[in-house]
Amino acid sequence: MDKHVLLRDLDVPNIRELAVYEANEGYAAWRKALGSMKPEQVMGVVKDSGLRGRGGAGFPAGVKWSFLPKDVFPRYVVVNGDESEAGTFKDHELIEFNPHQVIEGVMLTSYAVLASTAYIYLRGEFYAPAKMLQKAIDEAYAAGLLGRNILGTSYSLDIYIHLGAGAYICGEETALLESLEGKLGQPRLRPPFPAAQGLYAKPTVINNIETLANVPPIVLNGAAWYRQFGTEKSPGTKIFCVSGRVNKPGNYELSLGSHTIRELIEMAGGTIDGRPVKGILPAGESAPMLPASALDTKLDYESVQAAGSMLGSASFIILDDTVDVVWAARKMVRFFKHESCGKCTPCREGTYWALRVYDKIVSGNGSLQDIDQLSDIANGMLNKCFCLLGEFATSPILSTIKHFRPEYEQFVREHQGGRADGYRDELIRDHAVHVLPEESITDERP
Amino acid sequence: MADLVNLTIDGVPVAVPKGTNIVDAAKRIGNDIPVFCYHPKLRQVGMCRMCLVEVGTPRMDPATKQIVKGEDGKPVIAWMPKLQTACTTPVSEGMAVRTQTPQVLAARKDILEFLLTSHPLDCPICDKGGECPLQNLTLAHGPGMSRFEYEAKHHDEKHVPLGDLIYLDRERCIQCSRCIRFQDDLADDHVLQFHERGRNMEIVTLSDPPFNSFFSGNTTDICPVGALTTADFRFKARAWELQGTPSLCTHCPVGCNLTLNTRLETHTGGYEVKRVMPRQNEQVNEIWLCDKGRFVHHFTRAADRLTHPLLRNAGGTLVESTWEAALQRIADRTLGKPITGIAGDRIANEDAYLFAGLLRTVASKGSLISMAPAMATYYADLARAYGVGKDTDFNQLGKGDVILLVNGDLEEAAPVWFLRLRQAVVTRGARLIVANDHTTKMHRYAGQTESYQLGNAANWASTRAAVLAEELKGARHLLIVFSDEKLSTSGVRSLAISLASVLVQSGHAGKSNSGLLPLYPHGNTQGVSDMTSPQPWPDRAEAVWLIGVGEGEGVPQAPFTIVQDLFQTRLAEQADVVLPALSFAEREGTFTSGDRRVQRFYQALPAMGQAMPDWWIVQEVAKRLGATWNYQNTAQIFTEISQHIPAYAGLSYEAISHTEDQWPLVGRGDLYYGGTVYDNTGGLGLRYPADAERADFHADVHLDTPPEVTIEAVQRVRRRLYEDGELIRRSKVLAAHIVNSVTEVPQAA
Repeated sequence: MDKHVLLRDLDVPNIRELAVYEANEGYAAWRKALGSMKPEQVMGVVKDSGLRGRGGAGFPAGVKWSFLPKDVFPRYVVVNGDESEAGTFKDHELIEFNPHQVIEGVMLTSYAVLASTAYIYLRGEFYAPAKMLQKAIDEAYAAGLLGRNILGTSYSLDIYIHLGAGAYICGEETALLESLEGKLGQPRLRPPFPAAQGLYAKPTVINNIETLANVPPIVLNGAAWYRQFGTEKSPGTKIFCVSGRVNKPGNYELSLGSHTIRELIEMAGGTIDGRPVKGILPAGESAPMLPASALDTKLDYESVQAAGSMLGSASFIILDDTVDVVWAARKMVRFFKHESCGKCTPCREGTYWALRVYDKIVSGNGSLQDIDQLSDIANGMLNKCFCLLGEFATSPILSTIKHFRPEYEQFVREHQGGRADGYRDELIRDHAVHVLPEESITDERP
Repeated sequence: MADLVNLTIDGVPVAVPKGTNIVDAAKRIGNDIPVFCYHPKLRQVGMCRMCLVEVGTPRMDPATKQIVKGEDGKPVIAWMPKLQTACTTPVSEGMAVRTQTPQVLAARKDILEFLLTSHPLDCPICDKGGECPLQNLTLAHGPGMSRFEYEAKHHDEKHVPLGDLIYLDRERCIQCSRCIRFQDDLADDHVLQFHERGRNMEIVTLSDPPFNSFFSGNTTDICPVGALTTADFRFKARAWELQGTPSLCTHCPVGCNLTLNTRLETHTGGYEVKRVMPRQNEQVNEIWLCDKGRFVHHFTRAADRLTHPLLRNAGGTLVESTWEAALQRIADRTLGKPITGIAGDRIANEDAYLFAGLLRTVASKGSLISMAPAMATYYADLARAYGVGKDTDFNQLGKGDVILLVNGDLEEAAPVWFLRLRQAVVTRGARLIVANDHTTKMHRYAGQTESYQLGNAANWASTRAAVLAEELKGARHLLIVFSDEKLSTSGVRSLAISLASVLVQSGHAGKSNSGLLPLYPHGNTQGVSDMTSPQPWPDRAEAVWLIGVGEGEGVPQAPFTIVQDLFQTRLAEQADVVLPALSFAEREGTFTSGDRRVQRFYQALPAMGQAMPDWWIVQEVAKRLGATWNYQNTAQIFTEISQHIPAYAGLSYEAISHTEDQWPLVGRGDLYYGGTVYDNTGGLGLRYPADAERADFHADVHLDTPPEVTIEAVQRVRRRLYEDGELIRRSKVLAAHIVNSVTEVPQAA
């Protein structure tokens, strides 16, 4: 396994305490930056390191920071810790096990762009991690690492934590900003981009937690050091979240491009009972599902894209041959229907319609035409939505039909006649009962 | 012009100002790109995705930074991989747009199919049916059949009152947010909001009282489906049954252009106004109306309208009579005696002109003409002299300009001016100075506020005039808005003089986009003043004749009183002769707005009973007093007005009926673009020049010496939009909004 960057201190007991963190090179980058580096030098190192955004889009972080217009103040750093993608749990772990590393990343970023206020937006369910992070922030304030005139310099910085209210869309950066401003979480029209007019219409840098956690080691060790990991186009390491039908689900930090999906699954203890892999979701529910034939794909942004999907947040959900693809696709479509913000027509109506068709199929009332209709719905949404949520919602539909159409057809044939079998309870729970035949909902309900 | 951008749309070249979006650019060459959420008057959001088009820009050589040319010498276009929303994409030089490719047409069909999955398709019972953007666009671009299973449709509440004036049908709503954006961005009443998300996202009102806004009716015009309907028109008629007649609103000085939608009612056997709709006039109301203007129309067919002349009999009671008997009684009682005439400020220019003519040239010596409310007598001449310049356009007010608002609540007194002047301040950067004795909504946008004690506006103005004039010398334009409320007659004269002196001293008198803008109480205060040159009310008279005065206070006592009106008012109860007049909806004529725009209104309804137009009644009396008048119609009278009233020289019915394309083009076949607002076919009107604009102007009022002001208690504290009155009382739909005036006693500073 690779040398760890982000998870390097995972085995250090009590690393979440300030004293322990400082004893392990903690805040060394911060002291170095404040003591001997100009803000533009910090930005320069990050730019040179080639660090790409870890939230999913993979945009170079240093380049993003350099888009801030000069001389417009105040400006803000906003940290995206909404981590709502199914199968993604890297930010959670980074906060909970080493909160100071996250905070130090936020500090360095704020210094680099001369922001004096930073907001860390965490998903509403991150109540416990938020408490842990707040404790660490309090420690940093008490130690003079945060607040007014930090370490005797003229630089001042405040960091605030804000908990979301439970909407997946608030992981989209402009919806996050709306939510942070106290408004309904819906994405904004771009341009203007957040760098020009973000939070409160001021220049704003917004990055994922994992991205910023990379900044302290980069500033401390330099761009060249960081570039020894990963590939030319995707430097550095990345945390891969592995879940699904594997023996050891969890976070695995690897150099980008160093391993294949097959090796990642092996690291995660292989599939349960050694069953064959059926499908791979490389970025939670958002990216197209890959068939087992893609197992030897290298783990970097370009290779996964070439294989027909996206690396995104690198949250691998592994499906083995026990998983019913139609069932899985319905689950995913239901998620997107539930999380669609409703702003644009194709996403709001398309996810609703697609779920209705899945419910029809899963409840045993489907026909072969319904499979085509699902493709039509997804193609109707594709490239027409306001933001990526709607586009992502087409992935489970189109990719599963593309790779597993025979399974759909078999499902429709086998369950023809209204038998709901094991899906019935789930449909009832999902309030989809109205598509079930009357008699099937008369007996016991959960 | 240097700031024009050239592009081609489906190969057709078009040049539009920088910053224009593709939808508006296409409109210029008659290419209608379908939209739902986009509206030319609202902030664009790109939500509905209906306007997706192919967009390309000239390919640039990264090395030379030059446009790459193809073999044909034309620039090579780099097409964007995805369709773009035309409403949110600004044009750029050399841009190419394709709106008719299979990809674009398929996208339109897809979006419509999505919208229709949740839509109830209850067009047969929907008020919007027949004038519905969704219906029309589905016919033009949509799928013919639904593939969505009807049972799986999203169902929701169908009769949600968003306040007492507007109902929401949640099933029909397509979540375009036009209503929210109108209320937030134009009305600045943050009363509507989206709630929940996804397919459950819905419009809610968060204010208390709900949907608390003077402008709520406008949301029903711009709603692209039948989701928002007015309590007034809901389930009353189908769009295709309605006739539209151009008309004018008379309830405030703005002079909003209306279309009266009428229908023959079988149960009453006559035509009725079914609804009042805005008629586009970019110089007056753009495409907006306030709720009073929209809902107050019920008086036109109120059951208690006067339909016959009434005469007081020997026993002292008023009894129905005939025109002949009534006119003869008037002639008998007034021949050889002076008459005091009082003209209300909602009668037409033609009526007021003949009335003044009768009293000045036909009736006995000693006759005089006044106007009601009397207050306008003391400043309408100054508003004519120093009013806004002829070519004033509120849409041009912006950076560098100053708006001074003194002693008035702009939103209560002239709601649509509030909308328009607020835009000048908030979005175009004009500077607003507000002086008042209480806080109004306009205070929110003021760069500078000044205050004085209740009733002391005139004293404040005379004290501050010289300093203000000095400060405002640098302003590009200076618009001074003022109201007579809470002032005595001497007070309002003094205030108007002081404000006129600010204009003159700061060098803005007689200039366009500058001048006085009086917040008159009604729609033809300026016109009636222009026609009559009114004199102050006498205390007592031998005969008094009131036309359209309504419930005037302090009317002179006289042994013989004629009341000419729509209703049996308290004054009519006391009268010797009561004459039934026609309302504005039943006749033709002209009104002059508070900014001196002379505009025409047309007959939309047949006469009520035996009621007659005011000018006809005046002429019949004049004939019996010896005049040889023979006016056949208002056009003939107006021709005479243009010859005898100097300010109106050069105006004619033909000139003020002129129409031309107004941008944005709305009210035509493409309802989805501008909403159900009507195209202007009745005339845009013309503003006559202020006296100060004339070369031979010399001031006959000494502006440096405003008269001494007496502070006195007046009946009305603040002018309120929904103030109780004879007309508003007859609109049940507005009943809950009516407010009563309160008396406060101003004190000397």
